[in-house]
This record gives sequence, C-alpha cells and structure tokens, in this order.
Amino acid sequence: MKKFLTLTLAAGLMSTAAWAETVKIGFVTTLTTGAAVIGKDMQNSVNLAVEHLGGKAGDLDLEVIFADDGFAPETGKQATDKLVKQDDVDFVAGYIWSHVLLASRKSVLDAGKFLISANAGPSQIAGKLCDQDFFSTSWQNDQTPMAMGEVLNRQGVKSLYVMAPNYAAGKDMVAGVERTFKGEIVGKDLTKWGADAQLDFSAELAKAKASGADGIFVFYPGAAGGAFIKQYDQAGLKDTLPLYSVFTVDALSLPKLQAANLTGVMGSRTTQEWDPSLDNAANKKFVTDYKAKYGAYPSYYGAQSYDAIMLIASAVAKVGNTTDKDALRAALKEADFESVRGKFKFGSNNFPIENFYLREVVTDADGTWTTKVVETVFEDHIDSYAAECKM
Amino acid sequence: MDLSLLIIQALNGVQLGLLLFLVASGLTLVFGILDFVNLAHGSLYMLGAFLCASLTFVFGNFVLAVLVALPLTGVIGFLVERFVARPLYARDHLDHVLGTFGLILVLDTLAHLIWGPAGIAVPLPEWLQGQVALSETLVIPSFRLVIIGAGLSAAAGLFWLVNYTRLGMLIRAGASNRTMVSALGIDIQTLFALVFALGAMLAGLAGMLIAPITEASIGMGNNIIITAFVVIIVGGIGSMKGAFIGALLIGLIDTLGRSFLDDLFKVFMSSDAAETSAPAVSAMLIYIIMALVLSLRPQGLFPPRTR
Repeated sequence: MKKFLTLTLAAGLMSTAAWAETVKIGFVTTLTTGAAVIGKDMQNSVNLAVEHLGGKAGDLDLEVIFADDGFAPETGKQATDKLVKQDDVDFVAGYIWSHVLLASRKSVLDAGKFLISANAGPSQIAGKLCDQDFFSTSWQNDQTPMAMGEVLNRQGVKSLYVMAPNYAAGKDMVAGVERTFKGEIVGKDLTKWGADAQLDFSAELAKAKASGADGIFVFYPGAAGGAFIKQYDQAGLKDTLPLYSVFTVDALSLPKLQAANLTGVMGSRTTQEWDPSLDNAANKKFVTDYKAKYGAYPSYYGAQSYDAIMLIASAVAKVGNTTDKDALRAALKEADFESVRGKFKFGSNNFPIENFYLREVVTDADGTWTTKVVETVFEDHIDSYAAECKM
Repeated sequence: MDLSLLIIQALNGVQLGLLLFLVASGLTLVFGILDFVNLAHGSLYMLGAFLCASLTFVFGNFVLAVLVALPLTGVIGFLVERFVARPLYARDHLDHVLGTFGLILVLDTLAHLIWGPAGIAVPLPEWLQGQVALSETLVIPSFRLVIIGAGLSAAAGLFWLVNYTRLGMLIRAGASNRTMVSALGIDIQTLFALVFALGAMLAGLAGMLIAPITEASIGMGNNIIITAFVVIIVGGIGSMKGAFIGALLIGLIDTLGRSFLDDLFKVFMSSDAAETSAPAVSAMLIYIIMALVLSLRPQGLFPPRTR
C-alpha cells in the first residue's frame, strides 16, 4: 500500500551520519485503482523535484513518504493519520480528491503540521474552513470552470448541458461554470463517483443530445475522462454538441487516446492554470527533464506536485529548521521559489492568485498529442471564496 | 420526454443488461452447479478486457483479438479452477469468499505489474466507430448494437448448450444432484472445470465488449461483480433464466432511473432538491429492487426447480 522512498543518498547518509536534520514530507495520493495513473504522475514529479533539489532543502535532507488514499476518503484519512502520528512528518502534501482532502484536513491541522494541497481545492477550505497552516499549489475548484464559462460566453454559446461526477469537486465545478456562464443550462447530470464510479455514459449522452444544447461542459478527471471522450466520439456528437471540458483532456488521457487513434479529441479546448508550453525557465527544465526521465508529458497534477515540493523546500531552506512553525508559515506564504507557472503569489486564503489559460489539443514536433496555450482567459484571478475566509 | 429518447434509453438499458447477463450467467453457473462463491469472477472480466486490449494492438484488429482472447480467458478460468477453486470445494462458503477475495487482490496487482496503472483504451475498427440511424432522431452508436447482438447470441448459445446438448444435460443433472451424477460414472471434476472455464469466457467476453467503451482498467471487475450478484439474487441463484431476466431488469431499471428520475422528482419537489436527490436515489435503485425481491420472494424471481 505505501511506498517508502528515502531519497537521501546512501553515501550522504554515511558521511553526515545521523547528525544531519531531515525534513519529512508525507505525500498522499492515489497509487491503486484506475486513478493510480494520476498518482503515478504526481509521484514522478515529486521524485523529479527532489532530484532537482539534490535531495536537500537548504542544509536539511529531504525525505518523502508516499501514502495511498485508495481513491476513498476513509482510506485517505487513515493514511494521513499514519503519516502524522507514526511517521511524524513535518508537512503533509498531495491530495488529488476534494473529498479525501476534506476528510483528512483535521488530522493534519490539529496535529500542528502544515498541509499543502497539490490538487484538490474544495470551496469549503478556500472559504469558511480556511486555515493559516493550509496552502494550495493548485487552485480553488471553481476557478477553472469559471474560466471555461467565460470562454463559452466569448464563443457565443447560448445553451449548455453539464455533466460531472457526484462528489465535492464535481459540485464545485458545476457551480463554477454556472457562476460565469451567461446562457441557459438546459440539463445537468451528476454521476456516481469513487472506486466504483460510473464509466458508461450512454444514458447521459442520449439525454444531452436530446436536450438540443449548443455545447456540453464536462468534468471527468483520470480514467473517466478517457472513457467519456471515447463514448462522445462513438456517439458522433462532435458536430452537433461541441465539447468544452475541464480536467478531462490532459497529458494522462491523451497518450491513450492517441494510441487508440481517437482523432475526435484534436482541437478540443480546455482551461487550465498551467500548460507544458508555458514559457519560463523552471517550466522548461521541468517538462524537458520529465520527458527525458519518464518518456511522456507531465500533467498539471505533476506540475502542481513539483511546485508543492519546491514551495516546501524554499520555506525550509529559508528558515533552516523544521521546528520554528511561525517562521516556516511566513516563509511558505512568501512563496519565494521558481514556479513552473511563472510568478507565484498566495492570496488571503493561501490559494494562489494566478492566470488561467485556454488550451487546445495539438500535435507536437515529434507527433505526440499535447496541448498548447491559445489565450489567457483570466489574469491574476482570485477565487470567489477568499472573502469568506477569516484568518 | 419524447418517444425516441425513451427508445434509445431502453436500448441502452438492454445493452447494459446483456453485459450484466454475460457476467451473471457465469457467476450463477458456478454457484448453482459447483456451489462455489467466486468473488474473483470480476477479475476474469478484467483479464478478458486487458488481454483483448493488448491483442488488439498486436493484431491491429479488434475482432481477431476477441477471438484469440476468448479461449485464453477460458484457459485462465480453467487454471483458476484447478489451483484455487478445487481445493476449496469441500470447505464452506466463508472460505470460498476469503480465498477468492485474495485472488482478486493477486490478479489486480498482477494486472498492475503487467499493464501499469494507466489502463488501456481499445481502438475500434472503422466500421464499428460510427452510428446507426434507426430514424431521424433515433441514432445509436453502432458498437452498442454490436454489444446487444453479441449478448443475445451468447444468451441463445448458452440456452442451446444447457438445454439441447449432452454437456448441458450433465450440467443440469450436476445442478440437481451432483453426488448422483458422479455415482453414474460421470467425471464430475472435468465437468466442473469446463463449467468454470465457460463462466470465465462469458465474463471475459463482457470485459472485451466494454473495453472499447470505457477502457481496460484495474479494478474494473470489482464494480460489475456487485451488480452481477444483485442480478443473480434477484433472478434466483443457479437459474439461467433468472440471470437473463434479472440482468435485463437491472440494466433497464438502472439506465431508465439515471435518465428520467430527475424529471420525475421535479414533479413533486423543487428543481434543486430533485437535482441533488435524483443521482443518489438512482444509484440506490437496484439495491432497493433487490431488497424488495428478497423480502417478497427470498429465493429470487426464478429459482431453479430442484437442488
């Protein structure tokens, strides 16, 4: 279930012996079930970040302990408890799923540890449940679909059919697109989610088609995304019901779709805060080295995880120990590190204030399917729940 | 709600029902004849999907891949019977459950090691990619029709096998009284192994048919096995007819529930309440049906005549 990975070099360990202080990071992600494909990408990126840091945060050795949430809140909470109590980590990072993060949040914060979300951004934690020891290197769930809603307005889409999984983030995504989209939402389906998620969307696609909407907005992360795209393609909806998605078409689903030659996805558009084509030094290094090491494009899950480790390392390097919580908190808030999305700044609720881009699926120079930035939809966007956060 | 949408959703329901039947028929055969609870039946469904996916890339042809993967899944079923199920026959059901649950973990991890965590999308040949227009508004993906066709032919083949062949006669006899069958000089061990392999092939076929729609992924069998158990409990454990009617019933109820429940709820509650409660209730619907059947007819709708 859990994988221990001591990233300290054996030689380094022996020479500095047990005297060198270590910073322990617990990283919770999904390493089993079909969603393990996301967890793997995050794990790869974390390992790459540690490698780029030379296994060090300032003078301290970096140790990352990975734990599996099994795609279920109860398992995720158990894994978190173990990291906090048994392994006594200094930081707990990771979390793909909003419901897992919500279930695990208290275990970390009550123990006085820092919690860094590398993906999940539930509205509750951005608003009423915000905490000075919680930081996000991703986004608040609503922001990406809000950017998509804005894109839909610009493209003159008047009516929309909405589909998302029935869990915390799915509801946030729907709320997000509803907040900015000015047209009419003619139908909505929330489908079963979790380890036994619904992956056959025949009934929903038939309804969507019958609704006569101008377009369909979906949020299907991980394996469900590939399944949705295929069925959308098979149902021949490309011309009658254009697809607008968030977190569905990504570096994880594209290689599979390319292997199966589902060309229907080419040119499809999605919004995101990061893209492999973003032009900055940190991103170029990350994408090039990731491709060289793992033979594929990293996804935004990976980029956010890479940033999470870089953020932690920057704070620890600045403070020089892991015991001065106040100094660490201040150093984390400063976010003084080279982010793969360029500049990086935290808002009042410790969620990033960042740009959102419209991305399009294209073929790169090597013939691999990937995405590139078409335009910037939002600049320095602040999430809608920040005002509710009283810190 | 218009008529063509209702027809499409009914076809979708039948398609889901037939897939369920392919899994449930093997489960009910093994349970009814071998008196063996095989939780790992879903893993055979998963292995079928993965084998077919890999072979599709080897041959570049989905249909050929299915034809080769089918006997392979049968062989895996045969081996599972020989090395896992057979030593457990004499034990009670709890041991079956423990043993086969362990097998699920082993097979899931094995699939993880061989194929990786990502899952495989299975490409369809050009002629199966499109849609069939039954009328102006009645358009259905052609592969869904293929699944309906394949499911119906498998059901017909199974019906013929069980009712009109010598093997079928032995299977029925074994289901009624296996001590008597072996006393009459029939090699009951081989018969059991064949039944198990047949069940594995049916589950594998279901996996191969669903793989191009969703994908071959780890743990995919664990999702369908629960529904398959619901089907055989509703239909009557050990009954082929029960599995068939139960599967269609569950498939239709699940699909139609997902399609029309929110509209139905909107008649007597606010639109917001309907939107949140309908998905929850439609996910529970098949279990509600199972509970109803269990309370009114605990032996299932079509229990086998004798044991």
